[in-house]
Amino acid sequence: MNILVCMKQVPDTTEIKINPETNTLMREGVPSIVNTFDAFALEAAARIKDKHPDSKIVVVSMGPEQAKAALKECLSIAADKAYLVSDRVFGGSDTLATSYILSNAIRKIEELEGKFDAIFCGKQAIDGDTAQVGPEIAEHLDYPQVTYALEAELDGERLRVLKEGQDGNMVIGVKTPCVVTFTKPSFDPRYPTIKRKMAANRAEIPTLTSADLPDIDAARIGLKGSPTHVKRSFVPERKKSGVKIQEETDGESAVKLVQLLGDAHVI
Amino acid sequence: MEAKTRDLWVYVETKEDGSAKSVGLELLHPGRDLADKQGGRLVAIVIGSGVEQAVSDAAAHGADQVVVVEGPEYKDYTTDAYTAAMYHLIEKYGPTTLLIGATPDGRDMGPRLACRIKTGLTADCTGLDIDPESGNVAWTRPAFGGNLMATILCPDHRPQIGTVRPGVFKKSAPVEAKAEIIREEFHVAPEQIRTELLEVIREAAGELVDLEGADIIVSGGRGVGGPEGFAPVKALADVLGATVGASRAAVDSGWISHAHQVGQTGKTVAPKLYIACGISGAIQHLAGMSGSDCIVAINKDPDAPIFDVADYGIVGNLFEVLPVLTEEIRKLKA
Amino acid sequence: MQSPFFNEDHESIRQIAREFAEKELAPIAAEVDASDHFPLETARAMAELGFLGLKIPEEYGGLGLDARSYVCVMEEIARKCATATIFISSANSLSTAPLVLSGTEEQKEQILPGVAAGERFIAFGLTEPNAGSDAASLTTKAVEDGDSYILNGRKCFITMAPIASHCIVYAKTSPEKGAKGISCFLVDMALPGVSCGRHEEKMGQRGVPVSDVLLEDVRVPKSCMVGERDLGFVNAMRTLSVGRIGIASMCLGMAQEAIELAVSHTKNRVQFGKPLCRHQAIAFMLADMETRLNAARGLVYQAAWLLDNRQPADKAASMAKLYAAEAAISIINQSLQLHGGYGYSREYEIERLYRDVRVCAIYEGSSQVQQMVISGQMLK
Repeated sequence: MNILVCMKQVPDTTEIKINPETNTLMREGVPSIVNTFDAFALEAAARIKDKHPDSKIVVVSMGPEQAKAALKECLSIAADKAYLVSDRVFGGSDTLATSYILSNAIRKIEELEGKFDAIFCGKQAIDGDTAQVGPEIAEHLDYPQVTYALEAELDGERLRVLKEGQDGNMVIGVKTPCVVTFTKPSFDPRYPTIKRKMAANRAEIPTLTSADLPDIDAARIGLKGSPTHVKRSFVPERKKSGVKIQEETDGESAVKLVQLLGDAHVI
Repeated sequence: MEAKTRDLWVYVETKEDGSAKSVGLELLHPGRDLADKQGGRLVAIVIGSGVEQAVSDAAAHGADQVVVVEGPEYKDYTTDAYTAAMYHLIEKYGPTTLLIGATPDGRDMGPRLACRIKTGLTADCTGLDIDPESGNVAWTRPAFGGNLMATILCPDHRPQIGTVRPGVFKKSAPVEAKAEIIREEFHVAPEQIRTELLEVIREAAGELVDLEGADIIVSGGRGVGGPEGFAPVKALADVLGATVGASRAAVDSGWISHAHQVGQTGKTVAPKLYIACGISGAIQHLAGMSGSDCIVAINKDPDAPIFDVADYGIVGNLFEVLPVLTEEIRKLKA
Repeated sequence: MQSPFFNEDHESIRQIAREFAEKELAPIAAEVDASDHFPLETARAMAELGFLGLKIPEEYGGLGLDARSYVCVMEEIARKCATATIFISSANSLSTAPLVLSGTEEQKEQILPGVAAGERFIAFGLTEPNAGSDAASLTTKAVEDGDSYILNGRKCFITMAPIASHCIVYAKTSPEKGAKGISCFLVDMALPGVSCGRHEEKMGQRGVPVSDVLLEDVRVPKSCMVGERDLGFVNAMRTLSVGRIGIASMCLGMAQEAIELAVSHTKNRVQFGKPLCRHQAIAFMLADMETRLNAARGLVYQAAWLLDNRQPADKAASMAKLYAAEAAISIINQSLQLHGGYGYSREYEIERLYRDVRVCAIYEGSSQVQQMVISGQMLK
């Protein structure tokens, strides 16, 4: 099976702090990581390859040159090949424009790596949180999609996908080629091995630019090709600290809390 | 696509029993206000099979018009059928704005639809307004795990679409239904539906944890120290009739199943009361619970960030605090 | 951290080991200590990442990496679980180095791939009740008998013995020649006459199975001899440096952890109206601990670099082990002191580190043996 995993390099949002004086995000020194949900997608692909060792996993990312570090991380975990899609003219793209560029890049990569049976994505990126690029790639390619997947396994010409639902999980059968977006499964993604890591350190990662993707309509990419625009962004106001209770003993603090909650009609 | 009307549409998702999900009815409330400002009607869209209840629910919550698409192929949600039906309606009637509840199915269909129309979609909004300068909808949504809010416009494409987080808006009180009901015949051939529901696993992990619907949540974090540390957390939850939540640290340590996780990689919750026990308040956790009406934090570290969002904070050992708290509440309830 | 000793690969390897230690070992370390049992599935997980085959040549299923790669892994793993490092050192150095250096092709193919994969454990049997640092006084004997040797003797404190498939056994083949009459054998633990003593209750680094190995008229084919007859101990001496650098690396990791615990505790613990670390006597102790740790690092990394560059490294390795072990024992002791009463509680990690580190000045050549090696080179 030939699987493409779409990956975004993101700032580790758990490490982001707010500058209390300017009330802005402090991005300096925040490590860049493989988007958490994309790591789950990669693991899902790796599990298919565990069972079907003749499978190939290709990973693609759109972003700046630095995103190669995240692509190498994917190579060290499970991917066989990595491509970067990078060009200044792609900058400022919203999800619609991004998915358009990526779907063109996927067609290009298929010329080099063969047709993909499945395209795996994280359900969303932890910086943007939109959960849009996966389904939009599916629409551009006219592939069926399954979102919020936990696990996937190959079943002849289709995938059996365990999907997280609001009232329990579902098993969905989906014809290949298809797009599946993954959420957090019950297992942890595997670690990189030393052998793969060292090979990844030496890997050459080809970059696809707009010159490599001649079919792209320039009017549909970048800031100009994006229907949505950010009017403003701001750090949400945090509630000022509430009542802090620190009585003589912890038990007395608990009693005091019940009293306050009762007074406020919370309980 | 051009807008043919100034109407605002609300997609009213249905439940298995054919009634409307809460979020669709919630959206009719701000939808009314936005529709009035846009100078168009408020239209509810219902797709399904046997959904009369949802139609009257939508009418009772202030829709001027309800458009219904019914057919056996809509019994269960599928991306292909629902997107096709929705696209057909939009092409035919040309609304200027579409609101969709940010449920799993809403967020599955939204981008698919927006991409087919080639318009903009703003996901998981927590604020809706009209931009005074341009008259566009101003969609406000969190990003960076709730660290940053962005207000987004879609100036040149119609309809402008947004998915809106459940629980952000309250339903309006029911009114006398006066909606015009339009029944639209539109069918999708079976071969055009490329996914198939093979199995439903009701009791996924042996237990169903309804965090999103809970009025009260008592959560444990790294500070509970181990699986047995959840015992006092559960005891408090029991006496409050609350659901047990957990931070990522506790879930990753294997102390409790992922179904309980609150935060960016878990569930986003907005209960009336959220009690955080031994949770430091990592930003990704705060992103999932800071919308709670009242937050109580119990932590031994006085500098824990959880205290920044807490309405009430106890600096102390949770194993000392929780038993007393449980006992006091039990007395209160007796 | 930029360092003249390490390249990009070394840093990658360190990163992998650190992540594994933090996520997989830190949560189980206290339980491993308390139960005196290390889960073998965790050992296999380490094998999958490559930790058990670091120094085993690639043609035998390992990675064939250098000493500095080994240093990076040992240091990071030791920060969270000293017991786990024994599985790594056993597989990479003590029990496989004699085979890699002087084993036959057949012996290597039989043993090494399984060790690298974490499927097979090999014990190293040198120490005896009356012969530790002084190998010349070994009493285990191997007597030639046709196509075989007959082994008799008792080995003690043998790491991995109860779970090992084979044991590297040093036995006298020419008793009159002292240390130069010792041969090395690869003994199948399932052979008649081989048995293990009772499980050794240790002070620290608990969870690694250790016991005596009894050899009673054990008949082994001649093909089980590792290297040439009578040169077993001479060859063993040639593999000691890697082992010593490995133990020294463990000491770095444990001392690093102790310092981090001390910094965290003294920042949070308030006495006399301010955090402990704001008292100058305490802050100076921290400075002293940090300086000695980094002095030890210099010695250890330098010794590994010499080994990797095929320079004489015996003295450097001994200095590294001597200094790193003594420094780590003292740093951990100071960290425990800074923890006050908490440090004496089993609930605190520093208490385990205090017990775990102590043996580092004893095994793979005690501090006094290192002093003999160092001064021996000086006084040649």
